[in-house]
Amino acid sequence: MSGRLKNKVALVTGGASGFGRASAIRLAEEGALVCVTDVNEAEGEATAAMLGNRGFFHRMDVTSDGDWTDTMRAVLGRYAKLDVLVNSAGVAAAQDNIEECDDAVWDFVMDVNLTGTYLGCRHAIAPMRRAGGGSIVNLASVLALKGEGGALAYCASKGGVRLLTKAVAVHCGHDKNGIRCNAICPGYMLTAMLYDFLDTLNDREGEHARLASMHALGRLGDADDVAQMVLFLASDESRFVTGTEMVVDGGFTAG
Amino acid sequence: MGRCNDRIALVTGGASGIGAAAARLLAAQGARVMIADRDAEKGVKVAREIGAAAQSVRLDVADAASWEAAVAATLEAFGGWTVLVNSAGILRHGSIESESLEDWRQIMEINVKGTWRGCKLAVAHMKEAGGSIVNLSSIAGIEAGSDLCAYSVSKGAVRLLTKSIALYCADRGWQVRCNSVHPGIIETPMLHTYFAEQPDPEAERAAWDQVMPLGIRGEPEDIGHMIVYLASDESRLVTGAEMVVDGGAMAR
Ligand SMILES: NC(=O)c1ccc[n+]([C@@H]2O[C@H](COP(=O)([O-])OP(=O)(O)OC[C@H]3O[C@@H](n4cnc5c(N)ncnc54)[C@H](O)[C@@H]3O)[C@@H](O)[C@H]2O)c1
Ligand SMILES: NC(=O)c1ccc[n+]([C@@H]2O[C@H](COP(=O)([O-])OP(=O)(O)OC[C@H]3O[C@@H](n4cnc5c(N)ncnc54)[C@H](O)[C@@H]3O)[C@@H](O)[C@H]2O)c1
Repeated sequence: MSGRLKNKVALVTGGASGFGRASAIRLAEEGALVCVTDVNEAEGEATAAMLGNRGFFHRMDVTSDGDWTDTMRAVLGRYAKLDVLVNSAGVAAAQDNIEECDDAVWDFVMDVNLTGTYLGCRHAIAPMRRAGGGSIVNLASVLALKGEGGALAYCASKGGVRLLTKAVAVHCGHDKNGIRCNAICPGYMLTAMLYDFLDTLNDREGEHARLASMHALGRLGDADDVAQMVLFLASDESRFVTGTEMVVDGGFTAG
Repeated sequence: MGRCNDRIALVTGGASGIGAAAARLLAAQGARVMIADRDAEKGVKVAREIGAAAQSVRLDVADAASWEAAVAATLEAFGGWTVLVNSAGILRHGSIESESLEDWRQIMEINVKGTWRGCKLAVAHMKEAGGSIVNLSSIAGIEAGSDLCAYSVSKGAVRLLTKSIALYCADRGWQVRCNSVHPGIIETPMLHTYFAEQPDPEAERAAWDQVMPLGIRGEPEDIGHMIVYLASDESRLVTGAEMVVDGGAMAR
């Protein structure tokens, strides 16, 4: 352990799977104490178990204001402060294009991806201010930068996260509270979210190949690629970085 | 364990500011580093401070023969070359009206063509065994400054040069990644000279401090840490990306 996050306390949403789980592990490896949260209790507990004595699981639905209050109480009760928030809980939906996307799809995607991230930022400010600063890392997507026909609400939600991030960063800057807020824009990555999507298709292999070909590197990355950037943004190495979006996408947006 | 063990880095502009900080941090993470700068004397000094992991060579990035020699010196000293950091650059004040053709030419020659020359040599060498190229652009390469005409243009060029190289290498399956870093205002000799040349340095400084919401001043190490990330395998999926490190200046 090289200790890039020594003495830091982190809260990770969506910690039962994908980027959330990989980030929790990477942050703990570098010395952080981590509260893992998710609606998926079994897998959330499993992530916490991987952290040994460096973390615990707390169930939370990111769309619930009450759950956030409750979770903050749990983190502060256990570790007395909060330095890092990683907003990784997120969903994608089928039938998400401008003609098929109905109220239910729209609300589901927007609630989790955008409102959930907004609530996280809101609840993190006060404890981080008391800790003398902190780092909020929001998971946006390359679909915050480029459009995709079959990801209407998803694109809208991630575009929202991208600018929500900047507004929070500017606010915290003016407030001189030491809190930084940044977004990460991953390309398509091999996590449960993507496998779930591929499982809905007849031509699974064909779609995987098509997606891979959209990335200049010709392959899809995995959760660890994102976790390394989460680590950088969570650590003091990035103390001058705020309000930006870090693209980790195998060249998806370069061309 | 170092994050850049086995890396061999050539850092242009390595005698000062961001380049020098990058050289120090890369060496601290296990890399061997060739400091390549027009200011050979300062280059020797920085290399000596770093110790056994570093050497220095005189390089004028605007000169083709000088580039060949610097690359040869790197291969000779360390037996390979896997990281290029293009940090050599110059800043001149000037608008579309006030700027002389001579200034325009010099900025393009060093900031753009100097970076292009280095990338060309790096791609030729690294396509076999892989590597990482990090180019110093600027926030001025994304949002122009009205009195930084040639400079903004040069940094915009570096931004797209970077993406073109990234795509070219990726298309061929070469393990050469190429990314740009976009610093905000960083406390280096370049910045301090720039302020000193202003009619009212204090006012100019205050104005720039206002631009960055974060309210702290950027140090060369703040850029150096990003360069370490891009040089290491932690960023193996990152290519053609532009990394902004600017105290929030561009967020609004
Ligand atoms: N995988 C990709 O290709 C990709 C690409 C770009 C961005 N992202 C984004 O990164 C984030 C993480 O994605 P992932 O690939 O790890 O997905 P994932 O499906 O593997 O994990 C997401 C987790 O969020 C949890 N979750 C969903 N709704 C929740 C809620 N209301 N409250 C609490 N937890 C909830 C899920 O239970 C799951 O454990 C998401 O915001 C996603 O949109 C993913
Ligand atoms: N300092 C900032 O605020 C800032 C902001 C954005 C971008 N940048 C960029 O970062 C890079 C490094 O800037 P810095 O602030 O460290 O500047 P600096 O002046 O401190 O260092 C630049 C170095 O480049 C060397 N150099 C100049 N011309 C050269 C040439 N023809 N051949 C070889 N070496 C040459 C100089 O001798 C010097 O050692 C530059 O490309 C600059 O444009 C700086």
